[in-house]
Amino acid sequence: METENKNIYGVLAEFRNPKELIDAAETVKESGYSDFDTYAPFPIHGMEKAMGLKESPLGWIVLAGGLTGMIGILTLMIWIMGYDYPLNISGKPYINLPIYVPITFELTVLLSAFAATFGMFALNKLPRFHNPLFNVERFKKASDDGFFIHIESSDDLFSEEQASKLFTDSGAIHVETVYDSD
Amino acid sequence: MSTDYQYVPEPKLVKGDHTFGSITDLIAKTPLSATPPLWYLAFGVANLLLVALLGSVGYLIWDGIGIWGLNNPAGWGWAIINFVWWVGIGHAGTLISAILFLFRQGWRTAINRFAEAMTIFAVMCAGLFPAIHVGRIWVIYWVFPIPNQMGAWPNFSSPLLWDVFAVSTYFTVSLLFWYVGLVPDFATLRDKAKGKIAKMTYGIAALGWTGSFRNWWNYEKAYMILAGLATPLVLSVHTIVSFDFAVSLIPGWHSTIFPPYFVAGAIYSGFAMVLTLMLIARKIYGLEDIMNIDIMEKMNLVMMVTGNLVAFAYLCEGFIAWYSGYIYEQGIFWLYAVGPYAWGFWILMFCNVVTPQFLWSRSIRRSVTLTFIISIIVNIGMWFERFMIAVASLSTDFLPSSWDYYSPTFWDIIIYLGTFGLFFTFFLLFLRFMPMVAIAEVKGVLPQADPHNYDEKTNDFIAPNAEPQQQSVQQKNQ
Repeated sequence: METENKNIYGVLAEFRNPKELIDAAETVKESGYSDFDTYAPFPIHGMEKAMGLKESPLGWIVLAGGLTGMIGILTLMIWIMGYDYPLNISGKPYINLPIYVPITFELTVLLSAFAATFGMFALNKLPRFHNPLFNVERFKKASDDGFFIHIESSDDLFSEEQASKLFTDSGAIHVETVYDSD
Repeated sequence: MSTDYQYVPEPKLVKGDHTFGSITDLIAKTPLSATPPLWYLAFGVANLLLVALLGSVGYLIWDGIGIWGLNNPAGWGWAIINFVWWVGIGHAGTLISAILFLFRQGWRTAINRFAEAMTIFAVMCAGLFPAIHVGRIWVIYWVFPIPNQMGAWPNFSSPLLWDVFAVSTYFTVSLLFWYVGLVPDFATLRDKAKGKIAKMTYGIAALGWTGSFRNWWNYEKAYMILAGLATPLVLSVHTIVSFDFAVSLIPGWHSTIFPPYFVAGAIYSGFAMVLTLMLIARKIYGLEDIMNIDIMEKMNLVMMVTGNLVAFAYLCEGFIAWYSGYIYEQGIFWLYAVGPYAWGFWILMFCNVVTPQFLWSRSIRRSVTLTFIISIIVNIGMWFERFMIAVASLSTDFLPSSWDYYSPTFWDIIIYLGTFGLFFTFFLLFLRFMPMVAIAEVKGVLPQADPHNYDEKTNDFIAPNAEPQQQSVQQKNQ
């Protein structure tokens, strides 16, 4: 494919270590960019402050999942045991809340866990079939020992030269422009 | 009084001189290199046992559970013993991955993936037993609240039904937790793999994970929530398993100590199983730097504490039998010690009460051979504990005229051995094709991962003084 048909996806820079990545992220944030992200083989503590991230909304998703499980199974058990199919067991009351505790607990946990797992994947927009970053050979290091930062072309302030200059000035060991296709 | 305090740093979690790259290579090389011949041998043996299991389960379904040694007083035999034993083993995995995570124990990263895999395969083995014990496995779906043509529903007040919900939830949540942990490591394998098929498979499993911090941010939250959910869950599972016994009126079963006692026993046997597997795997796969002696010692300490909790529970059972003044409870306890199954009781006492006491010694805790032997003994002991609870209590119940001696048949034994085939088939596949140590998590506990360990000006790594001084190390080792 010819060069002029390629769309620029953003500018990717590699840094030496977690400390430099955090410092670079702080610089990028303070320069006013918002569509940027850092990539590392493990979560770096303190990065959320450097990047200015808000608290993840996942907790609310899990709460919704847990409440669905809890209310759903309690309703089902009360309806079955109290009205649809009452069983007389040693003369105990049909609607007997203490004996519903174990199953209610299990279902609350089960639906919360589903909400936590799939909620997390949804918030992260995964699974994702293709990511232009994978066009960069060097980016393979992001899951091994590379520390990357990427400014997306969708950012209002984005210009290839300025972003590259910003990275070079903050001490990047490698700066590269990422294209949408190979 | 001296005020000369000295800072004693924690020992390094990962031994040797490792960088992020060398950790990746160390762990990713096993799934990405050729299969060792020894693996085929082990896999072949496991497959033979698995075939034996499938064959005998097939015969059991064909002929009915009469092929087992169950008799009139002892309606619960090896099937229930094996069920409780396998579920108990599974508990260590969740303890390591969830509870130790909440307590911020960095050493769990060396073994959590491994132990979680063990949990999942152990719960699979466990779940088989109640399923085939119902006799008519083709209507096993009756245990779930599914609308049906009979207009009937399961009885939600039965602890056996609670068990269905507890074990199936436990299996599902463990699997989700395991997979969430695996995603970043699948991404590492995807990026390291050379072959097309390996690249594709790991790529699909990694779901397009990039290591983006915006993703890590949600990921860490999810991981913490899952750990928070799994913690009460694991305690609830063995509690509910113990309700199967404790809610009945059989002497020796009807006891409020059962839930904590079962949970402690589960963690005790689970840690023993993790140690057994870990000590073999670290040797074969050369992971001594990660699964090191310090971690083995910490696990031995957990085993010592839970082993003594179990021993204390035995003591309490004996005391309460005497103190309650209830002759049937006293009778069953007396029958444990001198009755027809006294041999089982004394094996149990040796394995579970005497053995953990050796762990008070630091040199035994740090000896690989002795730890391996102790871990095997503990697993045997915990099997006999369930044997005594299930069989001895049932076969010598209220009426001496109905007493009968329980012994297993060939089919009991072959199905139990067969579950090892099931377990090891999956476990060997796991060792072969998956990262057996959580790569991202181990990197996260390296000192290089902490931005504070870098020089403010030059941005160069400064190793924190993590290892005790050379001299004091030598003193400790002596």
